[in-house]
Amino acid sequence: MKKVVSVFLVLIMVASLVVGCSSDSGQGSGDADTIKVGLNYELSGNVASYGTDLSDGIEMAIEEINKNGGVLGKQIEVIKMDNTSDSAEAANISERLITRENVVTILGPATSGNTKGALPPAEQHGVPLVSASATADDVTVDSNGKVRDYVFKTCFSDSYQGVTMANFAYNDLGLKNAAILVENTSDYSIGIQNSFIEEFTKLGGKIVAEEAYQSKETDFRAVLTNIRAANPEVLLVPGYYEEVGLIIKQARELGIDVPILGGDGYDSPEILDLAGADALNDVYYSNHYSPMDTSEEVVAFRNAFKEKFGREPGAFHAMGYDLGYFFADAVERAGEASPEKIRDAMAETVDFKGITGTLSIDENHNPVKAVTILELVNGEPKFLKKLEP
Amino acid sequence: MEHFIQQIVNGISLGSIYALMALGYTMVYGIIKLINFAHGEIYMVGAYIGYALTTFFNFGFFPALILSMILTSLLGVVIEKVAYKPMRNSTRIAALITAIAVSMFLQYGMMYFVTPQTRSYPNILPDIQVSLFGTNAVVDIRNIYILTVTIVLMLLLQYVIHKTKTGKAMRAVALDGDASQLMGIDMNKTISYTFAIGSALAGAAGVLVGIYYNTINPLMGAVPGLKAFIAAVIGGIGVIPGAVFGGFFLGVTETVVSALGGSLYKDAVAFAILILVLLIKPNGIFGSNQREKV
Repeated sequence: MKKVVSVFLVLIMVASLVVGCSSDSGQGSGDADTIKVGLNYELSGNVASYGTDLSDGIEMAIEEINKNGGVLGKQIEVIKMDNTSDSAEAANISERLITRENVVTILGPATSGNTKGALPPAEQHGVPLVSASATADDVTVDSNGKVRDYVFKTCFSDSYQGVTMANFAYNDLGLKNAAILVENTSDYSIGIQNSFIEEFTKLGGKIVAEEAYQSKETDFRAVLTNIRAANPEVLLVPGYYEEVGLIIKQARELGIDVPILGGDGYDSPEILDLAGADALNDVYYSNHYSPMDTSEEVVAFRNAFKEKFGREPGAFHAMGYDLGYFFADAVERAGEASPEKIRDAMAETVDFKGITGTLSIDENHNPVKAVTILELVNGEPKFLKKLEP
Repeated sequence: MEHFIQQIVNGISLGSIYALMALGYTMVYGIIKLINFAHGEIYMVGAYIGYALTTFFNFGFFPALILSMILTSLLGVVIEKVAYKPMRNSTRIAALITAIAVSMFLQYGMMYFVTPQTRSYPNILPDIQVSLFGTNAVVDIRNIYILTVTIVLMLLLQYVIHKTKTGKAMRAVALDGDASQLMGIDMNKTISYTFAIGSALAGAAGVLVGIYYNTINPLMGAVPGLKAFIAAVIGGIGVIPGAVFGGFFLGVTETVVSALGGSLYKDAVAFAILILVLLIKPNGIFGSNQREKV
């Protein structure tokens, strides 16, 4: 019996060797006529709305680029995979895109947590990974302050959003007492909270209440009642739409009528379904893009998008679209579709013109670009102002 | 003071949902001594049925609630026939594992059919807040609906169990299955009834939660299912008034923990209570101390 088992095991080992070889030989060919780019996105799970919007935007951009002759005379081939909004799965997808699909660059994922999950294989194999929406400060820089060679982002950082909203609350709204309700398990939420507190207290404001919740909760009435007891003039809820929608609804029901501030996590049509139009007044958030922007490129993009999808693009569509062009621009400047050359070209990006603003990549692989503040009026986002860096 | 009143109101509205779910848990356990882990998933399916009825067929609140209860009770009976009945004479651990399997089957089955996307209910109940005693403490109209539906269903359940023939059969089967069969009670039929009623209650809770929180997803049943289990154990598993008490007790406790600044520890407190009850009074607060029959 034992013999049979060992023979069987040997057979499996031999088989796995053969399989391994064949996939290796598969890697060598195929990338001659197309440039492969991997999309590692949240197509299902709790932030699926971000992931699908971003990948739609990217695919739209790539389609346009291919129609206009591609880059370096080659067509771009998109390999899209779903990381199910799970950071461990995001790592698997990265590994697979690099070692199996042989992509030259990975675009994605959408959230900071998943991007941190996805980046170790990219660093290890030396393939650039660019996220258009991972706003955490420590995505491109590791905990020792060392810049990650192959990781880039094309959106501003959480700390920047927190500072912007603190200034907005104190200077534009003229409010001095703020309460905060933070998603305690999210790097994104805590990142905005910390920089908001630092800036707001520096300006002379006071934090009167700090409460926390966890992802996927549905009942926030207890913490909101605590916040109501502290009588804040403004409430900061730096979270994602799924909980934020419910929080705003329940806050308004409890009679908390003060302005509510947040970040780019508010950008989803779902927030309107969750909170209802009545609750979504006096809500302000920082974002990457506004459809109310009247610049020529934005209008052209909106029209092209409406023609293709039959609706208005959201910020994530615009960011995905920019990311597609950002990638193509880097390949063009690299002169060769090799991961190292593309990385060098990305690091040297200066004044890349996109829908979400002109951006240059700084020494920490973060972009220098403008931030937009939007106001929700009966659930409809209205363009309020654009702050240049 | 008004914040305290508000927190108690918050706790009671949360507790009434736990109570409604705990009723079904406790009934099934009382009759066939099976912890039906799929109960939370029946609640989830109920929420989706209510969603489909109100969104696509424009049903009102009560028609949607009642039809959803009927459909989930059928689902409960089918689950019992397919999954639990063949396991009835095997060990209890085997039945328990089957229940977990059914729970996962429903979660991921639903995920396949309705996608994991969160959905929001249409507004079918008026969105009105009532101020309590002229203070700042507010009660939502939907809170009152939930509380009323919970109490009505609980009274109905008490009536069915204590005043009808089926109820008598249930109590007999719960006391001694074999002996009741000798007395001419159809055990299979009685167990089917139990599952039907228990699942209908879970379905009702699903619709109420969907309307109240306005958000549903295929994994929504997992945590409330565990909480309802805790509620059932606190009150004494198998004891119906105990389940209701346990539900309200747990809801208020969680809210009070949050109010005292421990919003991140409320689940830990809930499970700590479960452990304490099991250590100190394993039969629950309302449970009688029966000696295990040998």
